Order: sequence, then structure tokens, then C-alpha cells
Amino acid sequence: MISSLENQNRPARAEGYNFAYLDEQTKRMIRRGLLKAVAIPGYQVPFGGREMPLPYGWGTGGIQVTAAVLGEDDVLKVIDQGADDTTNAVSIRRFFSTTAGVQTTERTGEATIIQTRHRIPEAELKKGQIMVFQVPIPEPLRFIEPSETETKTMHALNDYGVMHVKLYEDIAKYGHIATAYAYPVLVDDRYVMDPSPIPKFDNPKLDMSPALMLFGAGREKRLYAVPPYTRVSSLDFDDHPFEVQKWEQSCAICGSDHSYLDEIIVDDQGTRQFVCSDTDYCSQQVARQEKQ
Amino acid sequence: MYVAVKGGEKAIDHAHYLLAKKRRGSTDIPELEVAQIREQMSLAVARVMTEGSLYDEELAALAIKQSAGDLLEAIFLLRAYRTTLPRFTESVPLQTGEMQMERRISATYKDLPGGQLLGPTFDYTHRLLDFTLLAEGQALPEPSQEPLQAEPCPRVLELLEKEGLMRVEKNSQADVPDITREPLDFPTNRTQRLQALARGDEGFMMALAYSTQRGYGRNHPFAGEIRIGFTEVWIEPEELDFAVPLGDIEVTECEMVTQFIGSKTEPAQFTRGYGLAFGYNERKAMSMALVDRALCAGELGEEIISPAQQEEFVLMHCDNVEAAGFVSHLKLPHYVDFQSELELIRKMHAQDEQISEEYSIQEKQA
Repeated sequence: MISSLENQNRPARAEGYNFAYLDEQTKRMIRRGLLKAVAIPGYQVPFGGREMPLPYGWGTGGIQVTAAVLGEDDVLKVIDQGADDTTNAVSIRRFFSTTAGVQTTERTGEATIIQTRHRIPEAELKKGQIMVFQVPIPEPLRFIEPSETETKTMHALNDYGVMHVKLYEDIAKYGHIATAYAYPVLVDDRYVMDPSPIPKFDNPKLDMSPALMLFGAGREKRLYAVPPYTRVSSLDFDDHPFEVQKWEQSCAICGSDHSYLDEIIVDDQGTRQFVCSDTDYCSQQVARQEKQ
Repeated sequence: MYVAVKGGEKAIDHAHYLLAKKRRGSTDIPELEVAQIREQMSLAVARVMTEGSLYDEELAALAIKQSAGDLLEAIFLLRAYRTTLPRFTESVPLQTGEMQMERRISATYKDLPGGQLLGPTFDYTHRLLDFTLLAEGQALPEPSQEPLQAEPCPRVLELLEKEGLMRVEKNSQADVPDITREPLDFPTNRTQRLQALARGDEGFMMALAYSTQRGYGRNHPFAGEIRIGFTEVWIEPEELDFAVPLGDIEVTECEMVTQFIGSKTEPAQFTRGYGLAFGYNERKAMSMALVDRALCAGELGEEIISPAQQEEFVLMHCDNVEAAGFVSHLKLPHYVDFQSELELIRKMHAQDEQISEEYSIQEKQA
């Protein structure tokens, strides 16, 4: 909750459109879909995805979910690649500050709703927070089986043989599972789910998280969810257990040696440097160090 | 140093300014009026209305102006507007048989009730650049005779139907699903397919239609009838028990005639592929009719072997707003995923090197 003083600091809302752009009936339809998604963790719920004023593939699913759950008192954070100042994150954050007039933040801890593309923040999420993921291809089996009719049946029958074969073939060919992001997970021991294209580094953050995780795929018109405190395990084999990426380097700005690092090339010779992909986490670390 | 990824906010503002400037072009040239686009680029307006799924010539023209002539962008603009409109009713089926026609042709009969009427068409023009159009103030050429007006007349395929040669399409009486409100659920029915095709990309649809003509989805079509003109839209408001007219819209309708060899339950007969588009939009309507027929393969018990016959392939990829969005999203940053891939491929290289080292040691020892 935010104080009434801060309420007055909220940006003015654009007229001519409903709160958060979508009409109330559409939001209700999406919320009904979300309730179903929460009730059946990991199950893909079809929904009447609307055409949004942003292009498909740029987060229309996430935007619709955020619009459906957003209230006037919410504080919204939007990240893309972990960063608040990447152009698409800026664009979506602006969309909601114009159409909903809600307060926005870059601080993970202050946000009640965090819309994200490709990352889960480094800071631990809290009870009551909602993560909204933008999903390009919700179907984890899609690149193994292109037909929706077929994959729907596989989920219904709990028949994930093709996925295990694919992972096994990776091991046979490369000695390890060759998936680095959008690494498939098993939710609540039932549905195999695509965690969206987050690096597998972030997969463990989904497991037993106190926050509600909502996933929206606009073009493909699917919603799914991981409710708080739900088991989420990354698929693996006993003799080839799941493991996450590690770096030999640490962040060039804050010195963190346990966060996800982006590689940047700093000169013509291809000299590389590594920095935190989560910009808020990085600046918090720096602030803490300066205090000490 | 670490500056490259900062400044998204400012960059967006500048980009918006530059776009506005590019759209306007040289200010020495008078600005285009929306009315000029609506009147003088009516075929572009028709395409934007069709694929934008909204019949509004003025807004379509505005979208074309705003998008600097990028029709897919204009379609997107119109769709994003359409999605905010309330849906209060659905119309009674259009009676295209009663259309006020500006063009009507059939390739199956030399002459027929109502006759053949070429109307305005590029068909028999020689595609030579008309340099006189470079000069402004061009007067319209004198008409060679008073333009004929075709009388409303029955549709050609109804004649074949009466003779029992055309497969009769039964009205299912079921509620019409709305694919813009309910997501497609495979397998689909023809109502859903026709809706998806009607708003589908003209280019994609034409390529698919073309592929059926070249053997990918054997069907031998005839253009049974193409008619373009104005037809009335009627609605039946809930509080009335009769229909009232809402206004006229210009549409292009195409019915293709295709052979069907028959099945255990049905005799050999002709079948129809159906295409409908807003405005003067012949290429789209014809392509749609061919693809519609190809997608009926399942219901007619024909073997499904070609792309144009596969409903999931066609319907999931025909929408250009969806397609353009997803293709263009590759412009968005993918630093994080790319980092994962980098890490993975380096790991693989390291493994390969290790193996080849071990191998050469073994060889030396042997």
C-alpha cells in the first residue's frame, strides 16, 4: 500500500480510454482465465486475447495480464532483460502510466506488480508481489511437435516422452542438456511448462516462490500461472542433474559474483566486460557499498 | 564504458520526433489530406479496411496517412482502434444477390442472367506508365457511352445448385463464433476459418492460393463469379423482432467452383470456395476463395498433404499483425538469452578441446 500523499503524486491518466486501456468486460474475461490458471498450475488456459496498441511479440500478453490485475494503488515495475531503462520496458511503463496513471518504480522491493521480459529480478520476491511474464511461445513442446492438436493431447495424457527423449538426445550428443534459456520445468508434479525465455539461471527462483507468477502470451492467446509456494522443478536426469550458469568474472560495476551477468564489448579489439543484467540490483549493491 | 544501454527514455522521444518528420517529408510540398487518400487511394483503403476488420473509409485513410503509406502499419493501427469498440450486435447475413453491382464477371458461362459487366478494372489495361498523370490537373476522359448499371441478379453458383450439381452449403443455425473474442480452437469450423482468412494477409493468402494451382493441394478451380458493388447491412436489434437496414458497404465477393470426386455418402459434384473482402479488393477475395476450398479438404475426406490444406499452418500464420509483430520483436534486446547461448557454445568448445587433447595424448602413448 502507498500513502495518500504519494497518491497525489501519481501521473495524470489519459482520457478517452478505460483505466489501463482494456474495457472492464475484457479484464473480467482475463481474470477468469487467470483464476483458472492459478487453480491448475502450469496449465495453458486459452483466452480471448485482444489486439493491443503495441505489436504482437512485444509483450501484448504480459500487458493484458498487467492491465487485468492492475489497481489504482499498485506500484508497477517493468523490466526487459533485467533492466528498467531498455527501450521496450520504458515504452510499456509509459503505456501504463498514461492509461492507468499508476505509480511506477525501478525498485524491485517497492513494486506490487513486476512485468518482465526474459528475467526474474535478483532480489528475493515477497509475499503479495505479482510477477507478470511476457511469453512468446507458451507451448514447451512446440519445437518438438508443431501441431497444437497433438501437444494438447500430450499434456492431457501427461505424456512427456518426446521431451525426455529430446533432453536425452542432447546428453548423448553434447554430454549435457543444450538448452540455456526457456528451459522446461515441471509444475506441481503435473504440467510441463515453458518458464518463458528466462535464462535457466532464473529457473530456481520459480520454485516455492512467495510471489504469484502469471504468464501471458498475447499472439498465441494463452495464460498460465504458478501460484505462490508451488513446486517448480527443472527437467533433468538423476545422473545429469540440472545446474545453472556460472561466471568466472564478477560485475564490473558492483562486483557481484552471484548475479546474472551480461557481456558487453567495450572496444574495437573485442575486450569484454561483464555487468549485472538486473540494473536495480546492481545500483542497490553500489549504494550499499558506498554507505559502508 | 558502461553507457550503451542507458537512455531509452530520451531515445524514444527523439525517435517519435524523427518519425513525425519523416512522415511529413518536405514541407515545401502541401500536406496530404485524409479525404484525398480516401478518394484517390481507395484500393489501399479497401485493403486496410479488410485486413483491419473495420469498415470505416475515413479511419482507414487516416491510418494510411499516419503510417506514411505502410499498409501493414495502417492495418495494425486500425485493429488497435477496433479492439476498443463495443460489440453490440451482429448483422443479418449479407444478401449479396441483391447487390448494386459495379463489376460482375463469371468465367464459367459466356452469358448469363444479369450479364457480364467489366466495370472499373485494371485487367485489360496495358501496364504502361501514364506520364500524363505526372502533370497535375488531369481531366477525366470522356465516357465512350453511358455507363451501364447491372440489375441485381442471382448468384451464378445458385444456378448450379438448382441443377443439383453444386454441393449445398447448409446453414448450421449455430451461433457465429467471433475469433477476435474467442481464440481459435483446433480443429476449427468453416465459420472460424472464413473469419481468419477474411482478415488474413493478402500476400500470404495469394501465395497459398498460387501453391494450390501449382499442385500443392490439388484443386482445379474456376472463377464461378466475382461481383463487386454495394450491399445493404441489416441488423436485428434485440428489442425489435424485425431487421432494419444500417447502411451500404462496398464489398468484393468471389465464388470459386471446384471439382469434387464424391465420397461414400456424396455424389460427384462441384464445391465452392468463398471469398469476401471490404471495398474493391479482387485479388484478396479470389485468393481467399481458393484457400477456403483447400481448407475444406478435411471435411470432404480429401487427403491433406499440402500447406494450403493444413488449417493450423494457414490460420496460425495468415494474420499479418501477428506475423509482423513477432518478426519485428527480434529487434528487441535479447542480451540475456544471447548471453546464455554464448556461455553454452563456449562450454561446448571447451569440451571439444579437452576431448581432442585427451585423444592426442592417448595417440602419443600408443
